[in-house]
Amino acid sequence: MNPKRKQRLMIVLFIVFGAAIAVGLVMYALNQNINLFYSPTDIAEGKAPEETRIRAGGMVVEGSVKRDPESLKVQFGMTDYAHSVTVTYEGILPDLFREGQGIVAQGEMNADGVFEAVEVLAKHDENYMPPEVAEALEKAGQMPDQVRAREAQQQ
Amino acid sequence: MADKKWMPRWFYQLASPRWCYDITGKLLPIFAVAAVLLLVTGTVWALMFAPADYQQGNSFRIIYIHVPSAILAQSCYMMMAVAGAIGLIWKMKVADMVAKSCAPIGATIAILALATGAIWGKPTWGSWWVWDARLTSMLILLFLYFGVMALNSAIESEQTAAQATAVLALVGLVNIPIIKYSVDWWNTLHQPATFTLTEKPAMPPEMWIPLLVMVIGFYCFFAVAMMLRLRNEIVRRERRSSWVRELISG
Repeated sequence: MNPKRKQRLMIVLFIVFGAAIAVGLVMYALNQNINLFYSPTDIAEGKAPEETRIRAGGMVVEGSVKRDPESLKVQFGMTDYAHSVTVTYEGILPDLFREGQGIVAQGEMNADGVFEAVEVLAKHDENYMPPEVAEALEKAGQMPDQVRAREAQQQ
Repeated sequence: MADKKWMPRWFYQLASPRWCYDITGKLLPIFAVAAVLLLVTGTVWALMFAPADYQQGNSFRIIYIHVPSAILAQSCYMMMAVAGAIGLIWKMKVADMVAKSCAPIGATIAILALATGAIWGKPTWGSWWVWDARLTSMLILLFLYFGVMALNSAIESEQTAAQATAVLALVGLVNIPIIKYSVDWWNTLHQPATFTLTEKPAMPPEMWIPLLVMVIGFYCFFAVAMMLRLRNEIVRRERRSSWVRELISG
């Protein structure tokens, strides 16, 4: 390469790496704020702000969903397999909401340590599969969420 | 040129607008046929033969548009930035034209990715839009494309415009790894990557093979759209040269 081009190449590299370092530092500083939600562990450890609206995310605890027969009120446990938090919600839940499924809820912690959600969003993972495969895996206890729960218990 | 051996020969041939116009003319029909075949096969396969998801049912099938467009929107940006860098370093006019041709295509594909994502998000997550890291960084990508297009058309001199947009594209390049790793670095509502280069996809082959067909089809479509724009750009900029005059009058 002739010196002129080498010099311009250096400028280009400087732009790319300069921008990368600058943005990297900003994101390092803002790390916590970029997270969409707090985990039940964050809430248990007091990392989540209280008496203000926050998002909390985790898995719906198996067998914990209690629906009020008279209204749209629903109560369930949410866990990251280390800590759990009880969530209450009134409204229509998304189609993918079910036990063992990940969710992100927006709301506030009340004085009793119950999370009062005003919005519940369902999370899903990248393990797409046909219904027959899911059924077979379910029987064998090899579904991704079953495996995850088992691994978490072993730790 | 003193550094002729530093890069392969075709690299320097690419610098000639005329050679580039001829070669794209030959490649264009190949990519056009491949794009049509792959996209038709992929769509029919995805909509009729691929199995539905156990949780999401048929709404999962939007993945066959969403994932290819999201991948392509990022690849297109990388191509634009690399072409811009080559234009800056080697002062190659064709590279500037490639970078300029990429921007509107990339913007359209990014809009497609965001729109299909929103349509998918409503029934599955329960929301059209969430300000999580993946969605936000993808929106920034779209704005970067808009910025590149606006900057390019705001500057009168072709050469200055190309330099300015190349610098903007290079600065914005930092967004690409952010999009890719956003789902790993932070808690997001968006699920982790469907396709990675290093690992087998989590879903079974009857689901990911049609997806792969669609991804390759999208790339071929991009090649066609890019070459068409590039050829227009070459003819427009070289309109005063003798070979273009011959081409038009001929």
